[in-house]
Amino acid sequence: MGETKGKTLNSKSAVKFVSDHAIIFLIILLAIITWANSQNFLSADNVGNLISNVAPRFIIACGVSGCLITKGTDLSAGRQVGLAACFAAMMQQTLDYSARVFDWMPDMHWVFALLITVAIMACFGAVNGCVIAFLKVPPFIATLGMQTLVYGICQIITGNQPIGGFKESYRALASGNFFSSVLGRYSRLLPYLLLPALLVGLFMWFLYNKTRHGKYMYAIGGNENAAQVAGVNVPATLIRIYILASVMYALAGFLIGSKAGGASTATGTGYELEAIAACTIGGVSVNGGVGKVSGILIGVLVFEVLKICLQFLRFDPAYTFIAQGLVIIVAVALDLRKYLAKK
Amino acid sequence: MSEYRLEMRGVVKTFPGVKALDHAQLNLRPGTVHALMGENGAGKSTLMKCMFGIYHMDQGEVIYEGEKVQIKGPLDALNRGIAMVHQELQPIPERSIGENIYVGRYPTRRLGPIVTIDHEKMYTDAAAVLKEVHLNFDPRAKLGSLSVSQMQLVEIAKAVSADCKVLILDEPTSSLTAAEVEALFTIVNELRAKGVSIVYISHKMDEILRISDEVTIMRDGQYIGTWDAKGLTTDFIITKMVGRELSNLFPKRENVPGEVVFEVEDFTSINPKSFRHASFSVRKGEILGVAGLVGAQRTELMEGLFGLRSHTAGKITYQGKDLKINQPKDAINSGIAMLTEDRRATGILGVLSIADNVSIASLNQYLIGGIMLDDGKIERLVQENVAKLSIKTPSSKTQIQSLSGGNQQKVLISRWLANDPDIFILDEPTRGIDVGAKYEIYCIIAELAKQGKSIIMISSEMSELIGMSDRIMVMCDGRVTGFIDGQEANQENIMALATQFE
Repeated sequence: MGETKGKTLNSKSAVKFVSDHAIIFLIILLAIITWANSQNFLSADNVGNLISNVAPRFIIACGVSGCLITKGTDLSAGRQVGLAACFAAMMQQTLDYSARVFDWMPDMHWVFALLITVAIMACFGAVNGCVIAFLKVPPFIATLGMQTLVYGICQIITGNQPIGGFKESYRALASGNFFSSVLGRYSRLLPYLLLPALLVGLFMWFLYNKTRHGKYMYAIGGNENAAQVAGVNVPATLIRIYILASVMYALAGFLIGSKAGGASTATGTGYELEAIAACTIGGVSVNGGVGKVSGILIGVLVFEVLKICLQFLRFDPAYTFIAQGLVIIVAVALDLRKYLAKK
Repeated sequence: MSEYRLEMRGVVKTFPGVKALDHAQLNLRPGTVHALMGENGAGKSTLMKCMFGIYHMDQGEVIYEGEKVQIKGPLDALNRGIAMVHQELQPIPERSIGENIYVGRYPTRRLGPIVTIDHEKMYTDAAAVLKEVHLNFDPRAKLGSLSVSQMQLVEIAKAVSADCKVLILDEPTSSLTAAEVEALFTIVNELRAKGVSIVYISHKMDEILRISDEVTIMRDGQYIGTWDAKGLTTDFIITKMVGRELSNLFPKRENVPGEVVFEVEDFTSINPKSFRHASFSVRKGEILGVAGLVGAQRTELMEGLFGLRSHTAGKITYQGKDLKINQPKDAINSGIAMLTEDRRATGILGVLSIADNVSIASLNQYLIGGIMLDDGKIERLVQENVAKLSIKTPSSKTQIQSLSGGNQQKVLISRWLANDPDIFILDEPTRGIDVGAKYEIYCIIAELAKQGKSIIMISSEMSELIGMSDRIMVMCDGRVTGFIDGQEANQENIMALATQFE
């Protein structure tokens, strides 16, 4: 957040800071209440669980953030994650599993499975990007169509059956922890999943802040017409953004399949909204041109904390959905209010 | 009853970080045209928005027809007989002209419990109103079928239809042709004769001196004074607006035009109504002014050369080499830069920093290892330009949208300078920039020409064209109608070419 840096800390700016980040403060408050009610809340198991949940969602949110920063969106994110998980799953079933989807599939190292998944999903991203960049279909509609399309493909290739029977090597990727022999129970705080999330975070930070692609992305989000006049290749940049988004979904789907120990057409349902909400809470503006990787991380973290808190406070899962929906709407409303105030 | 129809006293309006109005005042007599003048940002539009109820003032009072009133919103203002024609039009192009005139206050008819819109009455009334302002449009036609200037006249018809006692015209002539300005003045004179008080905001001195009875000048949100328009001179008004004497409006130019470097032949748009068969050349170190009325397709031609619009035929050569330009990137790579007409729409990247705005067109120059951007190098470039063009900004991280128009323009000039272009196309480079900053922009243009850059400058301000150009190209209705030497150019010979319709 560093927005307060350099500003004098008078009461007015403090009030503004709190109201601009109202959701974050509310959820921190909720976390404190939950902690007071249940000491287990900060246990290594629970925090480790939180980290494992945050990791793939952060990767998805990083993917969708480029779309949001360029005033677009990607509603097909969740379904793409699901499709990626199914692809990965099909390639990582044990050879002697009775219900293998593809009997002819040879034994495959997980690295190849990941690369193939990424390659396939990148094609979907390229289609999204081309439809948006060349056919000028509004991203909302283009990716909404893609969402349904991907779901259909997913049903066909899985035959609507859940996919299970994973190889141990694949399962271990998302369930293992670093230094488990040394740290014992506390190694739960360092799940393997932390590593890909960390690498993605570093990669995205570099991409957004230190490369031409990043600058062009912010420029398009800030003012697409002006960016074009300044010589930015707008279609190419948009297509790269949507491909990269799908690559992130592929990686996340691959990890989620491993973590869940199974994949089905239902995998990833609703993840797009969680990711968009997390980005917005983290300061990625729906008006475009604004958004930081650190903010996205905070957004995802806050959203996951909200879910865990409600679980701990024993709310019916139905209420959890209501809370999540409200948070999404309020987050966007607050973001737009910041923008309106500037007018 | 006092001698004034409407008085605004001690109006204070603060926006976050800016005191837009600081005890401003305005006294409107019935049946007069009252010009409101000041530089951009002086608070003219803000004061009018307070009068029209769009803004609520922090302090101050409005006395309307001898009574202290509080105007709650635009609808309240309209009901009281105060109407406003905005600087930036808000048309609904897909709806009819009649609907645009009566939007928000449609005549209605009751069908039992259901209220419906009385289209019959709306269109009859609209036709009558249009006739009143001498417009011959079918009120059932789509507004979008009109040109921008025609829409502006419809907007005035809308204000007239409200049967107003006070009419605010905020830069009404900015997109009108000379003939349309005459038509507008006829309407204004008729309204004045009927006793309507008209507030007239404009930057065009000749218009002000011609049409207005009184002139109020504002500066930095403050009231400077009100004068009888008779006997006022342009110099006096400018001095009051700027708050200091401006000895020279234009810098002395020391550029020496050299050999012809840039040639355009038979350049024709894919749109038959746009530019066609345009041929011209520019010399090294020359400032070529481009004159024409609104709709002369000057911007379109230049945007065509820059690859923002498509062309069917035509040849562009630079130093004898043929250039193929299909998109801005091609033009940029060929050493052409373009400052577009509408800074906000196609120039600035509003929420991005000064540094990003300066560097965006030249990022290829700051790469380390072909991938990573060298932030230090970018920062040096920005600081260099901030110093060279005296850009006033708190830091290079400041969002460009928080700068004034003049400083934004300088940032955009820096953006192009970073590419070291040979040909600089400037489309209305001083539009929306206040008088003081204009002079600085002129100095920059003169300096660029002196360095040997070829400048093509579109402008709608005659004085600017005549004061800055070595040569003036005049366009009319998509065609190049002639060239005039800068020394010999005057309002008359430019207008003669600019109105050479086929």
